[in-house]
Amino acid sequence: MDVLQLLVSGLANGCVYGLIALGFVLIYKATEAVNFAQGDFMMLGAFVTLGLTNAEYMHLPFWVAAPLAIGIMALLGYLLDFFVLRHLFGQSQTAVVILTIALGFVIRFIAGAIWGHEPQTLESPLALGDVNFGGVVLGLADVAVIVVTVLLTLFLYQFFQRTKLGLAMQAASQNQMAAYYMGIPVKRVQGLIWGLSGAVAAVAGILFASKGAIDPNAGLLGIKAFAAAVIGGFGSLPGALEGGLIVGVIEPFAARYLEAGYSQIAPYALLLAVLIFRPHGLFSQVRTKKV
Amino acid sequence: MRIHFKTSYDHDIRLFPDAWTLCVYGALLALAFGLPYLIDEFYLGEVTNVLIWAIAGLGLMLLTGQTGQASLGHAAFLAVGCYTNTILIEMGLPFIIAFPLAGVITGLVGVLIAIPVLRLHGIYLAIATIALSILADDIIVLLEPWTGGVSGKFPDMITIFGFEIERWSMPTRFYYLVLAVTIICTLFYRNLLRSPLGRAFAAVRDSEVSATAMGVHIARTKGMAFGLSCMITGWAGALMGYYAGTFNNETFSLVISITLLMMIVIGGLGSIHGAFFGAVVVAFLPQALSIGKDLIGGGGVAIPGLETGVFGLILILFILFEPMGIYGRWMKIRIWFELFPFARKDMFKRQKSYLKTERLR
Repeated sequence: MDVLQLLVSGLANGCVYGLIALGFVLIYKATEAVNFAQGDFMMLGAFVTLGLTNAEYMHLPFWVAAPLAIGIMALLGYLLDFFVLRHLFGQSQTAVVILTIALGFVIRFIAGAIWGHEPQTLESPLALGDVNFGGVVLGLADVAVIVVTVLLTLFLYQFFQRTKLGLAMQAASQNQMAAYYMGIPVKRVQGLIWGLSGAVAAVAGILFASKGAIDPNAGLLGIKAFAAAVIGGFGSLPGALEGGLIVGVIEPFAARYLEAGYSQIAPYALLLAVLIFRPHGLFSQVRTKKV
Repeated sequence: MRIHFKTSYDHDIRLFPDAWTLCVYGALLALAFGLPYLIDEFYLGEVTNVLIWAIAGLGLMLLTGQTGQASLGHAAFLAVGCYTNTILIEMGLPFIIAFPLAGVITGLVGVLIAIPVLRLHGIYLAIATIALSILADDIIVLLEPWTGGVSGKFPDMITIFGFEIERWSMPTRFYYLVLAVTIICTLFYRNLLRSPLGRAFAAVRDSEVSATAMGVHIARTKGMAFGLSCMITGWAGALMGYYAGTFNNETFSLVISITLLMMIVIGGLGSIHGAFFGAVVVAFLPQALSIGKDLIGGGGVAIPGLETGVFGLILILFILFEPMGIYGRWMKIRIWFELFPFARKDMFKRQKSYLKTERLR
């Protein structure tokens, strides 16, 4: 029973990591940029929802506020690409890495200035009560996180396989030049992908905030999500989710069965091990360029 | 406008291209040596801080600016340098041996880490080094018998042949020590750039594929770059320990790594000047912000995150509008004056911009 409980709470955490990692992978696949600010996007999404829902701010009903927050974050992602990242085209990856880290700092500062640095809880209908499955007590929030993640992943999968826009995004990520020749508006598609990853980050933020309190430093969770994305292989959407689940499950088990000093380094040790032995993730093939 | 008329191949690799440059840097050196007589002790301490950051910046610049490998984990090597130096001195070695040895050991640790990590490209390298920086914190706690764990360590007074140096009671002596290390590191860096190894670094940065084709051993070159970079960073770390007076597992956090990388980008990637310009920005930004807060009347109010927020904003503006950093802007202004009536507006415009892909499929 104990093991099962650890497993479920680990899976729920892992889903949040997986959703953030999904945001990384979406952007990486499409633009070869890595958005180090994805964790802070998640935090911002959570705070926007909180600002719209909670009684001391706007006090909208949750089911109105959540889609609104997702929309706002999607718009923000698109605008960010339009005004900032598009101008970096042609610069090295390092420039983009540093830019997004700086962006994370700025987002954290802005969120702190608006909503304060005290941890706050989202008044979410998901955060209520526990469910009892034959002796195993699970938080409703944990169950909701897992269900929403599965639904979102199915939706994204269908979106990329079936819709015209999804196929255009795939094409643009595989070969920008060829996609451009085929008449795909590559720049706009990339902007839309930034929007999409903003929306995914907002969903992750709402789910994360339903599970506990948030503060502006919650964005640092992004580093764990990063570990998830790498473990899963940076280029694959299902890989990101699997990586998230692995990291999420390892954490509570390490905390339970390892000594105190060693437990928090477990995800990073795994990350380094994966990077050294399978640099392109557990679930992908490696190719090297021959000269 | 100065014209260099080259009559020998040596002219291409001289330390100073002409007598004028030699005079300028000589004057700068004289100013640096005379500084304790010109400013009071508080500002001397700040200048010392700038120099220490500049040494650390030089270390990272060698790796990121010169060899093109972004590292977000250099705070870990600052920590290795700092702890090694203190532990060696506690073991009874004199400072004059322990300090250089600390840098060399940090460099060796760097090479050991580089061997697996440097097989990774661009973004994966950044992630691996982030993990390194996070792990360093926990490893310092785990190695408590040597590192003192959470309670930290206090470096002893520096003694060189009976000559005592301490940061708080004798800031002038400490300043001269840091200045000496800075000059040695800068000359080392400058000399490295004109050696075959330094040019191999640049070749790896510009294109790994063509560097391989020209016979550069990529892995060995990157490993050397990582090791030398860590060595310089280790010295900076040891000095940082003396400057702070006390350090523990949280002194060299991920934020320091990120600040270091941002510093060299603001200063200008790939130039020695850049490390110094960036260090000035990093060291004086907190002071500038508090002066600015006083001016608008909110002096007493502490705004958490303001420093990093403003720093991030400055960085974004630099990357968008002046990717070559402060040094790039300085070069443009200088060339404008040197060429006076002939400078054109689009002289520094990139001809082509294209996506530099590092992905293989």
